[in-house]
Amino acid sequence: MSLDSDDVKKIANLARLQIDEADIPDYAKNLSNILDLVEQMDAADTDKVSPMAHPLDAVQRLRPDAVTEENQREHFQEHAPKVEDGLYLVPQVIE
Amino acid sequence: MSLHTKNLAELSDKLKNKNISSVELTQYFLDRIEKFDGDLNSFVTVAKDHALTQARKADEVIASGKAGPLTGIPIAQKDIFCTQGIKTSCGSKMLDNFISPYDATVVEKFNDAGAVMLGKLNMDEFAMGSSNETSFYGPVSNPWNTKCVPGGSSGGSAASVAARLTPASTGTDTGGSIRQPASLCGITGLKPTYGRVSRYGMIAFASSLDQAGPIAQTAQDAGLMLNAMAGFDPKDSTSVDKEVPDYTADLGENLKGLKIGLPKEYFGEGLDSVVGDIINSAVEQYKQLGAEVIDIELPNSGLSVPAYYVVAPAECSSNLSRFDGVRFGYRCENPKDLEDLYKRSRGEGFGPEVKRRIMIGAYALSAGYYDAYYLKAQKVRHLISDDFKQAFKKVDVIMGPTSPNVAFNIGERSDDPIAMYLSDIYTIATNLAGLPGMSVPAGFANDMPVGLQIIGNYFAESRLLNVAHQYQLNTDWHKQMPENYR
Repeated sequence: MSLDSDDVKKIANLARLQIDEADIPDYAKNLSNILDLVEQMDAADTDKVSPMAHPLDAVQRLRPDAVTEENQREHFQEHAPKVEDGLYLVPQVIE
Repeated sequence: MSLHTKNLAELSDKLKNKNISSVELTQYFLDRIEKFDGDLNSFVTVAKDHALTQARKADEVIASGKAGPLTGIPIAQKDIFCTQGIKTSCGSKMLDNFISPYDATVVEKFNDAGAVMLGKLNMDEFAMGSSNETSFYGPVSNPWNTKCVPGGSSGGSAASVAARLTPASTGTDTGGSIRQPASLCGITGLKPTYGRVSRYGMIAFASSLDQAGPIAQTAQDAGLMLNAMAGFDPKDSTSVDKEVPDYTADLGENLKGLKIGLPKEYFGEGLDSVVGDIINSAVEQYKQLGAEVIDIELPNSGLSVPAYYVVAPAECSSNLSRFDGVRFGYRCENPKDLEDLYKRSRGEGFGPEVKRRIMIGAYALSAGYYDAYYLKAQKVRHLISDDFKQAFKKVDVIMGPTSPNVAFNIGERSDDPIAMYLSDIYTIATNLAGLPGMSVPAGFANDMPVGLQIIGNYFAESRLLNVAHQYQLNTDWHKQMPENYR
């Protein structure tokens, strides 16, 4: 699978990653090489194989629906980039 | 007193017999870090005050006669484990300012056992790498040759133990990140069965593969460490609710009749011939200890690297979406809108290898590609796991090289992701299957250490440690130390 610069830009946008224009050809080359490696999987016949979700075939454990955590908002916000009145601040979204 | 030549079990005796205090022992290793780590760069943070406070507390516990095997023993944590009040960087600029509000379960368990934390160890950024070169804090050097990489991603964990800057450390292993650096640095490392050790507070890379384990000088020490680390944790929904045995209880069992499987796929093209010879002589040694060797096949093992580079990036792209510059971690300067905030915070906060993997994952999971990539990889994973199931009907353990080569030069593979990925060709399959694996020092090629990999069945950690310990009783490869750090 060969990715071009437009593909890289599209994927970077999907992943919300700013990529420098100058680095795009390098990403295109390396990502294409990785996909070539990945596509060696196509050699395996997996028509009758089920996907493996968990090594021990475990299923999601459920816990009783009870409050176990106390509110630690102030503690958690100590290391946030920008907070005000207990809220996380981001650039204005709604005009 | 050369305390750094003592293993953890010996130091534990010295503390218990009051030959030395934990404060003295802790200061001894802090001094060694000060003296030697400038070259090695194995620590991101040295937690001097924290360590000495813990050591004073440990001395009180020892005085009261209530000491356990790890009370007062200095260890160091890979910087992927959250530590309350002490920076947890995960090797990334993204978390260069991050102080966790809580402790990882692994950290809590070592605290409960009375261990002393010397500091936080350097690693590949978000554990993505096999050489410790992707760290925001710069590469770690291999103590056996400082021009060489220590392996990765737990490069700091392996280098610090090899140079005896700490008696033991913790690591994490998603595709080989405990075993490969242990091999390249000439020490003992164990990746337990998936789910054996809690992942709570261990910064997630690929959640269906990640597993924490010990890095130590001996199998016995690894057992002592695993005793503290293992166990069910209600805070990790994938941790396994299964009794934890005493991992040192079976070390003394003899190996008569042990069935060792040698997969022909682990001795083929790509394996350095000197490394291959060393592994073969280790196997010969096991025969002399009474083991029986059986040739086996893992026919789908060639698919493990391709499948891994779908599963791991896909899970990483999902896990790392939490780093958005809003609640914690790096935020870019003067974002012009919310999208710019996300994109530049992530673009500036992550290094190139992390970005590559996030993009591969985002691509593999994007509309229309899921079946061709992620679903296909999960099916291939089943094939790989079935190979092991068949093999373990015939053998008790599987042996082979941990890594196809000895440590390579810093910079040698950093521009070629594929060459780097192939460092893990022998370790990745066990992660995909969720099996436990070890690396044990087995000799030297061109003066650099070679590790023997031992893979066991699910929850056979005791067996693995027993098999490794018996080898260490009859060899002294694990006692070799790099000259400049003696």
